[in-house]
Amino acid sequence: MAQPAGIGQMALSEAQDDRAIDALDRAIVAATQAGLPLVPEPYRQVAEALGVEAEEVMARLRRMLESGVIRRIGVVPNHYALGYRANAMVVWDLPDARIAELGRRIGALEFVSHCYHRPRHPPEWPYNLFTMVHGRSREETEAKVGMIAAMLGEADRGHQLLYSSRILKKTSLRLGG
Amino acid sequence: MKLDALDRAIINGLQGGFPVCERPYAAAAARLGTTEAELIERLERLLEAGLLSRFGPMYHAERMGGGLTLAALHAGPEAYERVAEQVNAHPEVAHNYAREHHLDMWFVLATETPERIAEVIAAIEAETGCRVFNLPKLEEFFVGLRFEV
Repeated sequence: MAQPAGIGQMALSEAQDDRAIDALDRAIVAATQAGLPLVPEPYRQVAEALGVEAEEVMARLRRMLESGVIRRIGVVPNHYALGYRANAMVVWDLPDARIAELGRRIGALEFVSHCYHRPRHPPEWPYNLFTMVHGRSREETEAKVGMIAAMLGEADRGHQLLYSSRILKKTSLRLGG
Repeated sequence: MKLDALDRAIINGLQGGFPVCERPYAAAAARLGTTEAELIERLERLLEAGLLSRFGPMYHAERMGGGLTLAALHAGPEAYERVAEQVNAHPEVAHNYAREHHLDMWFVLATETPERIAEVIAAIEAETGCRVFNLPKLEEFFVGLRFEV
């Protein structure tokens, strides 16, 4: 991967606001997108590849963790390979006025892995809350969806389960620049 | 591949919080009651076996200044393979899933700038002849961390 010119000279003290990321941050992101090196000193290896000090890479990672540019550092389990074969995108039509309250309650359930408010496109698409529900079988997944529906009561004005039938493309998110 | 107690501890216990320090595997291994070398070897095996899809920092695309959205279209069985090929040909399409619904193709677009999302959607509509429903995230209530094996 091509490296931005001159990142080795970039100073640690460079003025930045909390959320902005610069060329060296981007280079660190690009260098770790495929994963962290599986060697005893992974941050040193990343730093050497970028021509900077290990301390600098670690300071930048800590700052990006603090500002939320990095959500977390860890493993991403493959649900499907681990036996969770019935993974459904479950979409809900909820009253707009209650979406934040209900979204938080649904998101707090341990079998829900994503919970987002997204726009409706009526009449074709009346749903405004998206969740991912994971189960080992469709029966298990549907029982979990039933629990959510029971919790929502009449706030559930309609929901649908969309099972994925095939992966057409899967890459790690690309970073431009 | 059969998982033992240590594999499960790694999958359950290392979904976040991997340390940022000189010897992070040694630090994480101490918490899991194992050694640096053993942890590295287990991670290698779990990744190779596909039980982990990734290990490393998870970035928040929107906070990096890029555009990110979920989009869906109806291709129908006849045009399906052609449309999938046309959609996948865009490098901005990160994931694409077939789903059992009238809207039978669901893809994630990740672009360098937020403005680029609309351009890619317009290009996909023009090429495929399908209407694309753009479903950007308006608010995030939860994004998962607690998968247990």
